[in-house]
Amino acid sequence: MHALTALIIEDEAAIRRFVKSALEDEGYRVFEADTVARGLIEAGTRKPDIVVLDLGLPDGDGLSLLPDLRSWSKVPVIVLSARVDEVDKIAALDAGADDYLTKPFGVGELQARVRALQRRRGGDAGEGNGSLVRLGDTVTVDLANRSVSRDGEPLHLTQLEYRLLATLLAHRGKVLTHRQLLQEVWGPGYVEHSHYLRIYMAHLRQKLEADPAQPRFLRTETGVGYRLL
Amino acid sequence: MMDDDLRPDPDALLAALPAPRGKLKLFFGAAPGVGKTYAMLAEAQEKRAAGLDVVVGWVDTHGRAETEALLVGLEVLPRKQIAYRGKQVAEFDLDAVLARRPALVVVDELPHSNAPGSRHPKRWQDVDELLSAGIDVYSAMNVQHLDSLNDVVSGVTGVAVAETVPDHVFDRASEVRLVDLPPDDLLLRLAAGKVYLPEVAERAAGHFFRKGNLIALRELALRRLADRVDGQMRAQREVQSRAPVWATSLGVLLVLGHGDEDSAVRQAARLARALSAPWHAVWVDRGHAGAAARSSVLTALAQAAEQGAHTLVLAGPAPASLIADYARRHNLSLLALSQRGNRPRWLGASLQQQLAQRAPELNCLILAAGERAKGGTAGWRWPRAEAGGWWQTTLASLALTAAMLPLRGVLDAANLVMLYLLLVLLAAVRYGRAPAAWAAVLSVALFDFFFVAPHWSFAVSDIQYLITFAVMLTVGLVAGQLVASQRQSAAQAGRREAHTRYLYEMARELGSALMPEQVGEITGRFLQASLNAQISLWLPDAEEQLEALPDTPLTVDAALVRWSFDHQQAAGQGTHTLPDAAQLYLPLQAPMRTRGVLVVAVPDALALADPDNRRLCEAVAALAAQTLERLHYIEVAQQTLLSMESERLRHSLLAALSHDLRTPLTALSGNAETLLLALQRAGRAEQEQAALLLAQSQRITRLVTNLLEMARLQAGGVTLHQDWLPADEVIGSAIAALGSMLDAHPLQLDVDPACPMLYGDAILLERLLVNLLENAAKYSPPGSPIRVSAAAEDGRILLRVADRGPGLPPGDPARLFDAFSRGERESAISGVGLGLAICRTIADVHGARLSAANRHDGGACFTLSLPLRPPPALDFDPENLP
Repeated sequence: MHALTALIIEDEAAIRRFVKSALEDEGYRVFEADTVARGLIEAGTRKPDIVVLDLGLPDGDGLSLLPDLRSWSKVPVIVLSARVDEVDKIAALDAGADDYLTKPFGVGELQARVRALQRRRGGDAGEGNGSLVRLGDTVTVDLANRSVSRDGEPLHLTQLEYRLLATLLAHRGKVLTHRQLLQEVWGPGYVEHSHYLRIYMAHLRQKLEADPAQPRFLRTETGVGYRLL
Repeated sequence: MMDDDLRPDPDALLAALPAPRGKLKLFFGAAPGVGKTYAMLAEAQEKRAAGLDVVVGWVDTHGRAETEALLVGLEVLPRKQIAYRGKQVAEFDLDAVLARRPALVVVDELPHSNAPGSRHPKRWQDVDELLSAGIDVYSAMNVQHLDSLNDVVSGVTGVAVAETVPDHVFDRASEVRLVDLPPDDLLLRLAAGKVYLPEVAERAAGHFFRKGNLIALRELALRRLADRVDGQMRAQREVQSRAPVWATSLGVLLVLGHGDEDSAVRQAARLARALSAPWHAVWVDRGHAGAAARSSVLTALAQAAEQGAHTLVLAGPAPASLIADYARRHNLSLLALSQRGNRPRWLGASLQQQLAQRAPELNCLILAAGERAKGGTAGWRWPRAEAGGWWQTTLASLALTAAMLPLRGVLDAANLVMLYLLLVLLAAVRYGRAPAAWAAVLSVALFDFFFVAPHWSFAVSDIQYLITFAVMLTVGLVAGQLVASQRQSAAQAGRREAHTRYLYEMARELGSALMPEQVGEITGRFLQASLNAQISLWLPDAEEQLEALPDTPLTVDAALVRWSFDHQQAAGQGTHTLPDAAQLYLPLQAPMRTRGVLVVAVPDALALADPDNRRLCEAVAALAAQTLERLHYIEVAQQTLLSMESERLRHSLLAALSHDLRTPLTALSGNAETLLLALQRAGRAEQEQAALLLAQSQRITRLVTNLLEMARLQAGGVTLHQDWLPADEVIGSAIAALGSMLDAHPLQLDVDPACPMLYGDAILLERLLVNLLENAAKYSPPGSPIRVSAAAEDGRILLRVADRGPGLPPGDPARLFDAFSRGERESAISGVGLGLAICRTIADVHGARLSAANRHDGGACFTLSLPLRPPPALDFDPENLP
């Protein structure tokens, strides 16, 4: 099994330093870049398994790198930014980022996000066989039969609830914005009706989560969207 | 995302609406003494007994004991004393009622005329203002006071009634109750002294209270009421029928200027009302009306306008064609003319004959001559402009005679006459009809004296010279008349053209005005030029107080300005409101709101009675109003741009600050954590210092986050992204955001499953809960539970965070929410007291209340109370996909 590689594109050496050690702890071989231009070259040559991208780079906004990168690679991208507005987060996610961390962030938090994204990339190899997907310890989703069970008991989901769950599963670990979810589950005419999404998410948590107010895998990204861990 | 779902609060909308108009109930009688006041007060007493707030604004009981007894228990407002000609006159106090704001006010004697100096000349106008203010009114009147029946009544009874009430007041009253008493009973009451005091009663019985009169009046009253009911029924039918019956194109055109104008206006108004038809009143100004006649016609036009007519002054030499054109253009098929005295046949076809020729399709109605006009057309006189030519024509005639004397034998008499004829014609053209007639008389006399045999005598041997005389006179008169009409219509056309040009130029200048002062200056200049008027422009300031623009020499009644502004009605000279005022007050009504008041003072009081001039003033006011509105929106746009710019600046400043603070903090805390992990793995003792380093850096991080958040909120640039949020999701994400900080406290979550969704900004509400939870964790001992609950109560959603700590510090809990205030001074617990200030700011922008209290069994409880909004509907079936 060859070593996983990671690319950090960040101009602050002090931040690069601890992000690098955090990723090395996760078993990555880490490459570094400090500009957008350098980052694109590194991404092309090293073919990393994960990219950690800072938005405020000396030669431009980190977001400008994403369209180029996305044109030839599906590598998971975690964006780091000092901007706190949810508008900025949504812009980054819409541009093709998979996750978003606001500075300052903890090492544990970064490692958790990296693991979540890597699990999807790993093709769910360790999560189950074929079309069976496990959520936490109790819930199993059978994608082939479109059925869900909890603690071995079959669960009844409505069509919409199942479609919402399936969409989140397809992008497991990635933050999906309200708009993206509404567009995929309800259709383009419903992108402004975010209360539909919230109501169905609440239904889904009632059915799948042990404590709906403190969900373990149907996570809220406040003001931005949802993520399935 | 749901911003467009922000519906306006219905209560606010209702408050913004004008109060509904009050209802008028009229107690209507045929004659004094039928018991109107009694009936009115009896009903007022019933309303009072039913709990309504009833006051008596004006009642005159005429000393009748039964009526006075009915006043007991009713609140009677004091009367206003007005000084008039050295005497004190008691009047109804309109302002007292407006200030008192009762539900219902009794104001007797609707036709009463107020003493000069009152706000309105008539009491019915006072009542109208009360109704506009939303106050219900009971009032009473007799049939002879109805404007349209005034002539009829004075014809029947021989008693002229000066105080009248326009018919529209009667017709628009919400309810009219007829107080009826058979004439015999009324006469009995009169004899018993129940109507007037005995000595007055005796006189009255001889005149007004004849039985025949009373029967006729009763019939009139009953018939008028029946008309009203009939009209209501017709209106109701029109409302109910889906395709309303088209009103016939029957319109009434009243042609004034033929004497007896008042009566003509009344009759035409009555006719139009009976036909439910629109009506117009016009006057053809042919230039020979004297000042008195002119004024009486203009007054009549104003009266007609008041009765609902469109009014216009036409000018031109051929009245018949002007009138016919006007009638066709406005689709008026019924012409009403007042009968003109005895017009001699030889003067040619009368107006009605001409009209019959020119416009055979028009119906022509000759109005009956009123009582007061039988003397003929008073006031017709030689126009003043013609007065100048007497001496000149006399001298010219004499000079011509002198010049022709030597030619007596040379020229034929017929040619000499031609020269005289030329003189008459010239006199007519130059000086008008009267000097022309004089020239004709003089010429004939001189010709006769000097040139007709026998010379040097007036004896006429040949009757044929009478023809010469007649021809000269006719030429003089006809030419004079033609010239006068021509001049008049040219003058009027010139005046109209000037008005149009003024308006055009004014509109152009106003188009480039940038300051309200310029609007005042331009408006003043144009009204000065067109009407020789002076103006004063009053504009509201930010507190809606009206202020005059500086540099206006006029002394103006500020109270009337206010009244005109508030009621959006013209006031002062020539209007119903304080017509004795020296100026005209015009509200500047723009599409969005009233922008101020234009006060116009014209030296010639009659000038404003001319509809043309009044219309000019109104057009000027409208132009000024639109310009002021445009200026207002320019200012709004500029301010918006300015605030957008400053907000953008603030935002980028904060973003830069945020970036510069967060980047080193990230490096600090991240490296501290890495160091801690490495030391832990190596089992080194220094891990304790590393942990401290990490904790302190996290503390600074929280502080910086709060400071930046506060700066952002206080900069005022917060845009709410309101959305529908389930309560448990908001609480859950706050708990998740705090992470390990809550580890030391067991959490009790109690979200009512029936709790409706909140409407708010997810990020800000999460921030608010994070701060409250953080405080709870900070101020309560480790291991003590923290309870978070959400439920709907009394139309609000309550989110509570309760701990088992030491409770709130003594003092006003509201003080806790001030920035930089903390429970304990200089305590060991970290923080600068920004958390709760941020919470309160967030609550404020959501229209929510945040309060703190001690729990009765120990600990503090913070409650956020959000307004409950009806949640949005799902517009599809959840089980079936769209």
